Amino acid sequence: MSRPEQLAPAEVFYNETESRKYTNNTRIQHIQAKMTLRALELLNLPKDTANFILDIGCGSGLSGEILTEEGDMWIGMDISPDMLATALDREVEGDLLLADIGNGIPFRAGTFDAVISISAIQWLCNADTSNADPKRRLLRFFNTLYASLKRGGKVAAQFYPMNDNQLDQIQSAAKVAGFQGGVVIDDPESKKNKKYYLVLSAGTPDVQINLEGVVMDAPTKERKLNKKQMKLMETRKDYIQRKKEVMKRRGKSVANDSKFTARKRRPRF
Amino acid sequence: MKFLTTNFVRCAIKSCDGAVNSFPLKYSEIELVQEEQDFQPEFILGILPRLDWPAILKVAADLGNTSLPSQLPEIDINDPSNEILLKDLHTLLIETQLVQGKMICENCNHVYHIKDSIPNFLLPPHLAN
Repeated sequence: MSRPEQLAPAEVFYNETESRKYTNNTRIQHIQAKMTLRALELLNLPKDTANFILDIGCGSGLSGEILTEEGDMWIGMDISPDMLATALDREVEGDLLLADIGNGIPFRAGTFDAVISISAIQWLCNADTSNADPKRRLLRFFNTLYASLKRGGKVAAQFYPMNDNQLDQIQSAAKVAGFQGGVVIDDPESKKNKKYYLVLSAGTPDVQINLEGVVMDAPTKERKLNKKQMKLMETRKDYIQRKKEVMKRRGKSVANDSKFTARKRRPRF
Repeated sequence: MKFLTTNFVRCAIKSCDGAVNSFPLKYSEIELVQEEQDFQPEFILGILPRLDWPAILKVAADLGNTSLPSQLPEIDINDPSNEILLKDLHTLLIETQLVQGKMICENCNHVYHIKDSIPNFLLPPHLAN
């Protein structure tokens, strides 16, 4: 799987050709639409009113079009001028902003009902310039995001973490900023279709997020045994193998393991 | 950029975070365009309590409109005459677009440019956080 984050910064990677490719590719359009709808489902916003939504990493406005269809008003932010130019050509309804989310969300407190973001926040984990510190940028992003939401406002952000470390980094930054919530993983068994959604709320929301069909999977912690207990649990064979291992590590000459290793010697021959 | 957005954007620089005069930004040399949009009364009603009316007055004055009432008019949902008022607000907030111009933070005097109705909030490296 190729990761664009490793190739170039977002504003460089999504140049004219790449943004045209991105927008015209029906497969990408389909996936983006699916993820946007899923994010909206997780947000569980009231249907009868028009909500004010921020779209982080709106790109050419693929996700924004769906928001418009839902009857919501939205403002989009993106760092790539070419992506925004494509959005202008497509005459999307929402307002567009050219901004770097790592420098904060330039909105006053309590602006938005909800925030949506499709495949964007993993870019924050990259240090594209020598003075960019991903940790600081993540914190700045989540702090200002928290402020720009109304109390009880919700965030649903689909993203592609490169590894568990990034996942932790993003989650802990959100927590430090004061958000509650966690990560919902769709299709956890599939390597290709696995999707991560960061679902957060700023304060207690009136309407809870929609967790229908989500299975809770808290990691079961194995109790660590101490040395004495380990020794008690050990069989004779384990003991011999452990000792042989130790001796091998110490550079002693040890007989090779075979099927006879640590077998009981029978009385008859 | 819609006129509505001017009531929410503020300076992106970290040192202006707590500053009172970093919002609203000062708008100058603005080119306006009136663009027809779908009228959504429920959105206007929903956003009204969140509007900062003094900031609207200030920005409107920057753009050369000083005819707005000094207080946000009371709106009763059941009163049919409010339809006109909501329509007016719709024309002001949603249909008025800022296409070209400058936004200046009154705290740090940083100038943000609006080009093709997209405001540029990218910061130079020495101001990036």
